[in-house]
Amino acid sequence: MSMFSIFGISGSAVSAQSQRLNVVASNLANADAVAGPDGQPYKARQVVFQTVAMGADNAPGVRVDAITENQAPGRKVHDPVNPMADAQGYVTHSNVNAVEEMVNMISASRSYQNNVEVMNTAKTLLLKTLQIGQ
Amino acid sequence: MLDKLTNTLDFHSKALVLRAERQRAIAGNIANADTPGYAARDFAFADALKDATGPSAGVAGPALASGRSDARHIPLGANPDSSASLGGSSLPRDYTVQTQPTMDGNSVDLDRERAAFADNAVRYEATLRFINGHGKTMLAAIQGQ
Repeated sequence: MSMFSIFGISGSAVSAQSQRLNVVASNLANADAVAGPDGQPYKARQVVFQTVAMGADNAPGVRVDAITENQAPGRKVHDPVNPMADAQGYVTHSNVNAVEEMVNMISASRSYQNNVEVMNTAKTLLLKTLQIGQ
Repeated sequence: MLDKLTNTLDFHSKALVLRAERQRAIAGNIANADTPGYAARDFAFADALKDATGPSAGVAGPALASGRSDARHIPLGANPDSSASLGGSSLPRDYTVQTQPTMDGNSVDLDRERAAFADNAVRYEATLRFINGHGKTMLAAIQGQ
């Protein structure tokens, strides 16, 4: 039954998109974080999707291949009274771009919804197939 | 005689398998809508159905079907060779034409895929109803009531 593998395909996509939402959440949570104990500010993270052949019939599923860190320099804010300020009075914040993250979040949630819709349709069709001859 | 009764049913069951296969292909495209470098794949349903039903659908062709050692043996199933070729991986898949270029090399057009998915779902259901209706017609004919 090839229709059953739709749940595998869309399930893998839903799982990958939720991982992307997780990464967006941690980026947004750390948007205003200053340099931690190691002196390194938080770096924005991004998931990399990859197509993966699933099951015996090589259905094209998705998986998160890697999570990369944005190596751009952190945002510097002049704030001499901050205990984390350097010799020149600058505090290094994370390099998260909140607008980019919001766009990423909307895109991830739309893709998530799309795949849930696909699974719902597949489920309805399979249920109707089970009722053949009744 | 009996194969004449089930000929239509056989055709629709093949169409149903192909519809399910196409549904799976489109689901794969939608799942990979955000994957960089993914090329969307699909197949022409009409051509696939033509291949699946073949010229010898319903009648025993000159070539012997698998499991038969003599041409006079009763074939098992209407056309076992063509139904075996309906398996997922053996079906030729074409790359879809890209409508808008993307920076990440992904060729999935989500609008088109969603439309194709909905369209295919409706046609799948239509085929289901054909099969159901055919079964009911046959039962009515057999019972003669």
